[in-house]
Amino acid sequence: MSAFLKLHRNDNVQIALRLVKKGTPLVTGAGPVQVGSDVAMAHKVADQAIATGEPVIKYGMPIGVATHDIEAGAHVHVHNIASRYTATHYHQGDAGLSDG
Amino acid sequence: MGETWQGYLRDDGRKGIRNVVAVAYLVECAHFVADEITRSFPGQQVHLIGFPGCFPNDYAQTMMEKLCTHPNVGAVLLVSLGCESFNRAKLVEAVRASGRPVETLVIQKTGGSASTIRKGRDFVRSALVEIAKVPQVAMGVDDLVVGTICGGSDGTSGISGNPAAGRVFDRLVDEGAACIFEETGELIGCEHIMAERAVTPELGVELEKCVEKAARYYSVLGYGSFAAGNATGGLSTIEEKSLGAYVKSGEAPISGILKPGDAPPGGGLFLMDVVPDGEVRFGFPNISDNAEIVEMIASGAHLTLFVTGRGSVVGSALSPVIKICANPNTYDALAEDMDINAGAIISGTHSLEEVAGEIFESVCATAAGEHTASEALGHQEFILTYKTFDPLGPACLPAA
Repeated sequence: MSAFLKLHRNDNVQIALRLVKKGTPLVTGAGPVQVGSDVAMAHKVADQAIATGEPVIKYGMPIGVATHDIEAGAHVHVHNIASRYTATHYHQGDAGLSDG
Repeated sequence: MGETWQGYLRDDGRKGIRNVVAVAYLVECAHFVADEITRSFPGQQVHLIGFPGCFPNDYAQTMMEKLCTHPNVGAVLLVSLGCESFNRAKLVEAVRASGRPVETLVIQKTGGSASTIRKGRDFVRSALVEIAKVPQVAMGVDDLVVGTICGGSDGTSGISGNPAAGRVFDRLVDEGAACIFEETGELIGCEHIMAERAVTPELGVELEKCVEKAARYYSVLGYGSFAAGNATGGLSTIEEKSLGAYVKSGEAPISGILKPGDAPPGGGLFLMDVVPDGEVRFGFPNISDNAEIVEMIASGAHLTLFVTGRGSVVGSALSPVIKICANPNTYDALAEDMDINAGAIISGTHSLEEVAGEIFESVCATAAGEHTASEALGHQEFILTYKTFDPLGPACLPAA
């Protein structure tokens, strides 16, 4: 079973189905890449390059906008995307990796 | 179709799946005494509810009346300090009119704590005997009101537990149950797709307005319905959390909007608008998951499907909670607190349909009297805070 799941054909992110280590090969819409960092279960990686200001699409729907340029295979989370509604509150530096 | 079990018939014709003695404190100052009374009956259906505020609130009054006359409730003991603002006479009248045994103990007139606890225990003991005589009748899925909530959500919730709960909602609605989904603050970003499911265009407009109200309310607070643990679990924005939460509602048409305490007029799928009307006051709409569970119970929910990713352990007073764990790692860590392992969908050992089937069976078994994990552990969480609501507009319940 693949470690990643793309939920909708229009999505520009894939979901990790388990903890994935940095450097793991990943087939994206932009071709084969390596996962850019350790990624915890249920976190997202970019399925293609996403430029600053572009929408991030999951479930076929926008879940926010990129605040930085994101490369295919990079972790997509609070450090590089933002809500169009209200700011996200999170524990600084916690990427969920201690959960195993 | 056609699964039936024995339910408790109430005078208003509604049927309950539990037969609880509710011990209700009417101000925080009476909480301890009410709690002591409740704790004298471990393992029995004696549950603690209450309102902590000393100052009057129409919403809290209505909620307490609806909760004390819920079909899962057989008898009620009100515990008052004596000088609080809560209108206990009005509450006791509502309970008496419903045909349930009810007693009020005012601590200041009953000789203080110890004496009130003694008298309260006496009432509960006799009420348990009395309500054992409530007639039991056949009850089916079409008699049920079922709520759903997600709490302690993470990135797994939206891809395993919530879609499985959505399938179960579709089946329940199909078989005639009334199903309630809620937390409009966690539907932000879904308002347009949700409005398309309304049974009338006017209702669609109202559905969008509910979410816009929530977005406005939360933006004044400067903070969305989003906890730090949601981000740790992979959710980056409120829209992402919302889209994952929204799938709990399944795919049935949306029949109407309810506010806390409004009973569904019949079977179908209903959105509960939980964000207060008017200017922002009294703080957060719902300070934690149980506030939402209590509101669905006040609208008649017999049980609640609770999807968790990070791992909530709560149950509820009055109505059982079925805990659906979306995250396989969390399930392994907290198996005793969970009823359903929807993480199996992510591990790849079970399909979405199989897990949905397990949840449906659990709904029927719980309705027939089987204890959920949180009930067996003795969980009875309850929270009620201040709110203000306007009555429902005419477009909110088109079929009523």
